[in-house]
Amino acid sequence: MFNLNKNKLITLLKVQYSNMLEYRVEIALWAISGIIPFFMLNIWTNNNLNESINLSNVMLSRYFLSAFFVRQFSVVWVVFTFEEDALLGKISPYLIQPLNPFFRYFAQHLAEQITRFPFAIIIALIFFLINPESIWIPNLSLFLLACFSTFFSFLIQFLIQSIIACFCFWTEKASSIERLLFIPTLFLSGLLAPVISFPEYVKSWIYLTPFPYLIDFPANILSGNNTNIISGFFMQIFWISVLFPIFKRTWSLGTKKYTAMGS
Amino acid sequence: MKLKKYIKIYSLFLSTSIASELEYKTNVIIDFITAILSLVGSVFLLTIFFQNTDNIGGWDFEQALIIQGIYTILNGITNTWFNPNLTEIVKHIREGTLDFVLLKPLDSQFFISLNKIAPAGFLEIILGFALLFYCIGINQININFSFLLLCLITLCCSIVILYSLWFLISTTTIWFVKTWNATEVLRSFLYIGRFPLNSFSFSLRIFFSIFVPIAFITTIPSEVFLGIALIWEISLEIIVAIVFFLVSRRFWLFALKYYTSASS
Repeated sequence: MFNLNKNKLITLLKVQYSNMLEYRVEIALWAISGIIPFFMLNIWTNNNLNESINLSNVMLSRYFLSAFFVRQFSVVWVVFTFEEDALLGKISPYLIQPLNPFFRYFAQHLAEQITRFPFAIIIALIFFLINPESIWIPNLSLFLLACFSTFFSFLIQFLIQSIIACFCFWTEKASSIERLLFIPTLFLSGLLAPVISFPEYVKSWIYLTPFPYLIDFPANILSGNNTNIISGFFMQIFWISVLFPIFKRTWSLGTKKYTAMGS
Repeated sequence: MKLKKYIKIYSLFLSTSIASELEYKTNVIIDFITAILSLVGSVFLLTIFFQNTDNIGGWDFEQALIIQGIYTILNGITNTWFNPNLTEIVKHIREGTLDFVLLKPLDSQFFISLNKIAPAGFLEIILGFALLFYCIGINQININFSFLLLCLITLCCSIVILYSLWFLISTTTIWFVKTWNATEVLRSFLYIGRFPLNSFSFSLRIFFSIFVPIAFITTIPSEVFLGIALIWEISLEIIVAIVFFLVSRRFWLFALKYYTSASS
């Protein structure tokens, strides 16, 4: 099922990267559409809402910039591509190939992130021009940890969406489930407000769900805010190891269920 | 006579697209749940903002709820009409099927803007109105005829502005072919419509009232609702709505001159 070697991976990445470069403008627009954290930052600091959570303006702006970055490199859209491919019957030729089609999507996402990178940097530079006091250079070990946790966050979301995508084998249209799941992701992941600002009745259970580890945890590491690094990584790995077998199971059940288009 | 024809055609659009949407019944139900959750989510976010302060940008919690209500109604309208239709323009242009639209003895903008409908947005509209009614209660607003009339006018203007923004951006597809993410950019900008304009810094306020008039869309109707809107604000909104609508119409006709169909 998962026979992948280095050559295949590199070829896949190369193909998808040149594919993505074709649509640079499109990806630049995607990058711009991720600027919601900056609007939120504006509300927070303009109304001094951060005083109550003991975060200075500078730390909060670093947090939201990091949240922007983490979001840029953990955006997942596999369910939408998969749904289209499944509806149009494009999955059939992929299934014949001795390679799980999800590797193709995975490479697409990685290639898109590489294409996104310069645009994200430009947006960050503009941000620093407007807020020069928030410039910081994270130390190398924290930076690496932040990269890892962002990648894990990407993996968690990729697995969740792949499981949802497999539902296409049964319902044909699975993206509505993704839109449903996006709502808690949006409000609970820390994209709009850092998780420490949440009321107690939410904080008591939220750290058991995958949501705070999608944006809040990596963004806290990157911005140098306080966070429990060990338990964060533990929970990320825990969720990955829970989701992966579920994905494998739904995939194998789904492909048995699959009837190519027109049959 | 012409109007009659268009009304008849629109009712046909309605019945066919609702029938095709109801093919996916579970989808509609899931979309309903999504609508409810997203309202719950935004109210949750508001409660976080109001945890330790009693006003943002001069609006207290009960008043900010009105903005949420208006936003929810407008978002419902976007999801019911604008989103399913205007993202379709991209497809029409990429696959060259815009030819068939243009050949029809119908106004092309009418066809493109109203052909489809997504019933899932209805619930959002209902939820928005329910929230507004609740706000009438908690803000002790007394209703009279002129109040209702002004609310209706400003709300309609907001819908027109919103439509024009969507339509303007979708029209650029004729040159750029793949711009459905441009509508995503608009979507993320629209997000700030959930909050009172005064809660943003001065520069953002200017940006969102002059370049992208999102400020007008939710804040002014909410002020009308509270009875604190100034007369010049209302007239300005009406003017902006008319201008935007005319510009979007002209822009569409202008863009059509550059449409070259697929593979030509």
